[in-house]
Amino acid sequence: MPRGKIELPHRLEEIAVLDPNGIVDEALEPQLSPQELRKLYHGLVRSRRFDERLIRLQRQGRIGTYGPSFGQEAASLGPASQITPDDWFIPSFRETAGMLWRGWEMHRIMLWWAGHEFGATVPQGLNDTPIAVPVGTQVQQAAGVAFASRYRGDGTVVLTFIGDGATAEGDFHEAMNFAGVFRLPLICIIQNNQWAISLPRCKTSAAPTLAQRAIAYGIDGIQADGNDILAMIVATREAAQKARAGEGPTLIEAVTYRMGVHTTADDPKKYRSEEEVEPWKQRDPILRFSKYLEKKGVLDEKGREEVEQQVVEEIRVAVEKAEQYKPDPLDMFRYHFAEMPPHLVEQMREAERAMMPPENEAPEARTRQGVAV
Amino acid sequence: MPQMNMAKALNLAMREALREDPNVLVLGQDVGKDEGVFRITEGLYAEFGENRVVDTPVAESAIVGTAIGMCFKGLRPICEMQFSGFGYHGFHQIENHMSRFRNRTRGRLTCPMVVRFPYGGGIRAIEHHSESREAIWVHLPGLKVVVPSGPRNARALLRASILDPDPVIFYEPKACYRSHQEEVPEQPETFPIGKAQLVREGRDVTLISYGASLRPTLEAADELASDHGIDCEVIDLLTLSPLDTETITSSIERTGRAVVVHEAPRTCGMGAEIVARIVERSLLHLEAPIKRVTGYDTIIPFFATEKYYLPDADRVISGVKEVVAF
Ligand SMILES: Cc1ncc(C[n+]2csc(CCOP(=O)(O)OP(=O)(O)O)c2C)c(N)n1
Ligand SMILES: [Mg+2]
Repeated sequence: MPRGKIELPHRLEEIAVLDPNGIVDEALEPQLSPQELRKLYHGLVRSRRFDERLIRLQRQGRIGTYGPSFGQEAASLGPASQITPDDWFIPSFRETAGMLWRGWEMHRIMLWWAGHEFGATVPQGLNDTPIAVPVGTQVQQAAGVAFASRYRGDGTVVLTFIGDGATAEGDFHEAMNFAGVFRLPLICIIQNNQWAISLPRCKTSAAPTLAQRAIAYGIDGIQADGNDILAMIVATREAAQKARAGEGPTLIEAVTYRMGVHTTADDPKKYRSEEEVEPWKQRDPILRFSKYLEKKGVLDEKGREEVEQQVVEEIRVAVEKAEQYKPDPLDMFRYHFAEMPPHLVEQMREAERAMMPPENEAPEARTRQGVAV
Repeated sequence: MPQMNMAKALNLAMREALREDPNVLVLGQDVGKDEGVFRITEGLYAEFGENRVVDTPVAESAIVGTAIGMCFKGLRPICEMQFSGFGYHGFHQIENHMSRFRNRTRGRLTCPMVVRFPYGGGIRAIEHHSESREAIWVHLPGLKVVVPSGPRNARALLRASILDPDPVIFYEPKACYRSHQEEVPEQPETFPIGKAQLVREGRDVTLISYGASLRPTLEAADELASDHGIDCEVIDLLTLSPLDTETITSSIERTGRAVVVHEAPRTCGMGAEIVARIVERSLLHLEAPIKRVTGYDTIIPFFATEKYYLPDADRVISGVKEVVAF
């Protein structure tokens, strides 16, 4: 029997378009209008400032635990900007930038982190799923949506996200295997931010790249500079074209960095050094894109200032709106089934009685009325 | 005796086991350098190193499944599921294998391992971090299910679970991790698995609870005694499987009345099993229907409204008054 190298038919590539100083590789540069470019910058800043605000709100006890996406905005927003409203967007819990881009309003996202189910209600008309907490699970659902797209032949694609750590879950493997077997129109972005809480990337997988897992599923893989929004755009655009043409899924590894805490409940000092974080600050995706825009003459100091003002005002209004939200606690009974079964009707009455004030207490002290936001 | 909270007490039990037996190891997500997201494994990585306090990839199925394999070569793994809500990723290894190896190999291969699950509401955690699903595990043959309620019993029961020759689901009420301190003996001690504790004696009615629900139950008992002249007996189950039927029914035979309190959903919850056992054994001693004060048969709400779901002392008091007035 002969012995030799096995040739694998699928592509494994890497891509970067902007260097850390914002110098562009013109051969790879996507053609975007100044207006489109400004909108992308606005999207990045919106996410960054919103994150900063929510961190402060958490510290003040006005929301619960929060998981910011500092440093990962480009890897979320770049891909999100390359699908259409008819396509589906299936996030994990660290895709604030992409969610905001898709049309999730700030107050709605904030309410999720403030402990309200309202934050999981998908805005009318969006083909999105809400934040997914059990890591990796959403990729299987994304494969299912992609299966339905193919079944309907409607030419839509599905964009989903997963963390580097979560690629160790069986769910991820099973989903990507389905995607390969059924040639699903799926784009899966691995947000490789180098950490899964305290677990470094090298302990998630012994493989030198996460993108190479694509080869084992019989699909294309690409490792993109996740702090380079243009690289993310190019990689996703091509993957989407391919998926729409019936040529199957793509796995995109976005190499980025979790510049902040895992969540506000986490203390990264326990497991990583400041020296490790420092070089990534130089690679900040917003800084880099802003340098590029400046060189291109698309955005100057004044333009950036305008964006800041707009965003600050949007956040102010959103926080105010979110804090006026009044939930109806009886909603916990209402959305389990299309029709409420008798035992839940009975328990809802019981809960209502339990919420009633004892004789000499003011009614508003214990009961709550729901007000839709 | 040193004072400590439940987090420290659980830590102590693992530290003792790791010191005493080189076959014991701890596996889980962020249990090493980070010392666990609840800091239950504080100091263990520093003392025992990365081969015995193992930071695993994010893969619950593999944590449980590989631990089963380790047992076959004589190791005694303690697995941590970061939150009970993620333990389902390890469900098939638990149900199809961990719970069955002794039985199907007629004792040739066994699983002397512990899987720890931080469970329950009341800590303002995000979605999927607050459920109370102990009944699922209790339903599976071949598993022991232990739920501590305070520092001392947590330490003694975790030690017993680690020493136990069979697999134990150790369900930790995370609302109690740092809620109160208690004296914990200097010397290692064990409490027997399968034995409930009478934590308050009373004549009028028996309240049965466990885990995080024990506190509102005891608060209610105090208030019922001081404000309503109702004398409650309180049982802390500590082990849900095998259930200590004897302690429950002998109390009911004295008081004739019972209220079961837990935060898990009502249908097929522990309350259902407890009521069934009381009815089977002690029906004729009952002077009133048994009341279940529990979480509702709904998903626990996100934290802003979870207090409307979790049974509190007021709900226990209403339940007891109803049973006593019958
Ligand atoms: C199934 C499951 N197991 C454990 C957790 C707890 N947990 C939340 S985030 C996280 C780390 C995930 O790391 P990664 O996938 O890299 O995403 P990142 O947090 O870095 O965005 C873990 C273990 C979870 N949410 N779901
Ligand atoms: Mg990560």
